[in-house]
Amino acid sequence: MKKRVVLLTALIACAATAFVWAETDEEVEAHKQVLDLTGAFSNDGFKLRDGHWAGQLKPAERAVIAVNLYAGNQYWFSAAAANSKAKKITVDVYDEGGKPMTTEIFSEGERASAGFSPTASGQYFVAVSLVEGESSTVCLVYSYK
Amino acid sequence: MRFWLATIAWVCLACGSLGFAAEPATLSQDQLAKAIKTDSLTIPTPGELFAALEKPGKPDWAGQYRTPIPMTYRNRAQIALNLGGLIADGFIAVEAQDSQQVKNIGTDIIKLAKALGVSENVLSRGNSINEFAENSEWDVLHEELEATQNEVKSSMQSNRDQDLVILVSLGGWIRGTQAVSAAVIKNYDEQSARVLRQPAVVNFIHSKINDISPDLKAEPLVKSVNEQLSGVEKLVAFQPGKGPTLDEVKKLNGAVTKLMEEIQSKGDAK
Repeated sequence: MKKRVVLLTALIACAATAFVWAETDEEVEAHKQVLDLTGAFSNDGFKLRDGHWAGQLKPAERAVIAVNLYAGNQYWFSAAAANSKAKKITVDVYDEGGKPMTTEIFSEGERASAGFSPTASGQYFVAVSLVEGESSTVCLVYSYK
Repeated sequence: MRFWLATIAWVCLACGSLGFAAEPATLSQDQLAKAIKTDSLTIPTPGELFAALEKPGKPDWAGQYRTPIPMTYRNRAQIALNLGGLIADGFIAVEAQDSQQVKNIGTDIIKLAKALGVSENVLSRGNSINEFAENSEWDVLHEELEATQNEVKSSMQSNRDQDLVILVSLGGWIRGTQAVSAAVIKNYDEQSARVLRQPAVVNFIHSKINDISPDLKAEPLVKSVNEQLSGVEKLVAFQPGKGPTLDEVKKLNGAVTKLMEEIQSKGDAK
């Protein structure tokens, strides 16, 4: 009986670990996808932030991330999903009061970018939305110059 | 005539649909309050701040160097704060495009990081910094310095030193703000001074420090820095779109310089 309990516990532990790894794999893949997308900006003199945010989005859901930007800099916020289950994602930028900002938009299915040049320094919010498709893991990064 | 009418109608229709499609709704107060805030994205790097200041004209970055700081701190919180400050010094040296200074600071970063018992990955970053500095790869150095900082933080988290992570960010922010406010004072213009508006950064750091362990928060240096942050938050809270006056910049510089002196002072921290 004891052996069975130990075996069952070990199996549950393995399954849980595999689940965690699977999630991590998706985040790694989404990060890889978004880094591919930002390559073009690096060629244009944009420096890529080393940090990123990754998480799961359900259909029609959005994640809002707070950032602090400086007037005078140009920014590109880029997001990508781990796979093509996400049919369309968008990236939008809002000021500290939640008002949408005019951005330069690039969108290609499960990958999207928004270019923004703030005229005032301070806090802004970047929203990544899953507009079409199934639940997916997405990753957001940004570049500046 | 028909052709022109059809063209005008098509353009109006296209513009209308574009207008509707491109305008997302305003975020609610609840959405703003629940926004995700992370150390790695919400806190800008000193490099971002320096890049913004450079737009009207390159400041004299070498004039913002400071004398080398001690490498023999024993207090872990003080080491973390100084490590952040050193990383900001690295960004200053990169802006000044000074290979030797970048290499010196890279060596100091590794020395302090070793004192915290960080991983081998961080130590190998030191070699990369040297190599990039040798080859004058300034853009890559920006990314390498931030990657080094993130490697240090990730190593701290693995070593159950996660409370020290925010102190590294804080040290970097204070040193970066000290350098930028000093550069603005040297050649004041209202437009350049606008980059100093960053109340949300200080507020976020302050809230993270309030979450650290009571023991660490009670340490004299951490307690003193935390208490002074409320005052600094007010000094960087200018109206959006309006720069601080020269006097306001001087006050801010005085406040962050006092903080920096406490952080790098040998002997005060227990």
